[in-house]
Amino acid sequence: MSEVLERVRKIVIDHLDADPDKVTEKASFIDDLEADSLDIVELVMAFEEEFDIEIPDDSAEHILTVGDAVNYIQDKLAA
Amino acid sequence: MFELTGKTALVTGATGGLGAEIARALHKQGAKVVLSGTRENVLADLAAELGDNAFIAAANLSDSASVDGLVAKAEEAAGSGLDILIANAGITRDGLLMRMKDEDWDTVIKVNLEAYFRLARAATKGMMKRRSGRIIGITSVVGVTGNPGQTNYAASKAGMIGFSKALAQEVGSRGITVNCIAPGFIASPMTEELNDAQRATILQRIPAGALGNGADIAAAAVYLASNEAGYVTGHTLHVNGGMAMI
Ligand SMILES: NC(=O)c1ccc[n+]([C@@H]2O[C@H](COP(=O)([O-])OP(=O)(O)OC[C@H]3O[C@@H](n4cnc5c(N)ncnc54)[C@H](OP(=O)(O)O)[C@@H]3O)[C@@H](O)[C@H]2O)c1
Repeated sequence: MSEVLERVRKIVIDHLDADPDKVTEKASFIDDLEADSLDIVELVMAFEEEFDIEIPDDSAEHILTVGDAVNYIQDKLAA
Repeated sequence: MFELTGKTALVTGATGGLGAEIARALHKQGAKVVLSGTRENVLADLAAELGDNAFIAAANLSDSASVDGLVAKAEEAAGSGLDILIANAGITRDGLLMRMKDEDWDTVIKVNLEAYFRLARAATKGMMKRRSGRIIGITSVVGVTGNPGQTNYAASKAGMIGFSKALAQEVGSRGITVNCIAPGFIASPMTEELNDAQRATILQRIPAGALGNGADIAAAAVYLASNEAGYVTGHTLHVNGGMAMI
């Protein structure tokens, strides 16, 4: 498992108080992990802080699953 | 009760009658206060009066960029995250609607309502992370009752109330409350210029039989800012001596 995935999973598990087994790359924040729209705003803020990056609102809109977040962050870190 | 030690508050319009009293009262309860306004010498005098735990962050609220930067500036001045936002600065540009200039409408909406939106948006971020916060807008009885010659002002103040209710619902689950205080007729340099007849007419409408003073508003602000008021949100607290029972 990639390091980014592990860090993202940890944030998601902590923040949503989610069952670690459910926090897979495919998991949708809203459909599978019971996040609401405010949780998503907070998760994005937490990712920004953890990885020291900025995630503009129009990109954040496309981050729907754990995997989306990991891909976005990896691209951003590579750039 | 109503202890604010360890909290940091930003008060806009701290150079004005009500703002200065609010800042003094929060400070007295132990809060660090960041004073904002445009008249830097008046801010400096008040900061000197309060001594420790008082800081200055001047900003012109009719300039969007300055408003957007004010919360960060205040946090930097105080060296701590913002727990309490008091959006108190406000202006009037009175006139009958048929004679109202675009500029009078725009300026009042900008300083009274838009600045509240921008400040609350900036303050909410840190408050969400800390899972606590107090956002308080100083509106007016006129925002609920209306008043001839004040369509712009009444719209801005009613707007603050609706805004606060919507935001209160958005952030309620994060320990942040959003409330308004609606002063009625408060003694100020302006009301000192009323003649006896004018004063008597006004007092007839106030069951309490007197104008309010800044301390009446400041006490309401201390309450809503306190931990004890944590279960009060989306509310407008009317402090008007019974002038309008709403
Ligand atoms: N007094 C009353 O009877 C009464 C009744 C109902 C509601 N209110 C509300 O209570 C609040 C305070 O009223 P007050 O009586 O204390 O008024 P005030 O003495 O006239 O003070 C107004 C404050 O707003 C600030 N302000 C105005 N334009 C600004 C701008 N462009 N940028 C930054 N700051 C600006 C002023 O700061 P600078 O002078 O430093 O620019 C001043 O500190 C207002 O929102 C008012 O609508 C008052």
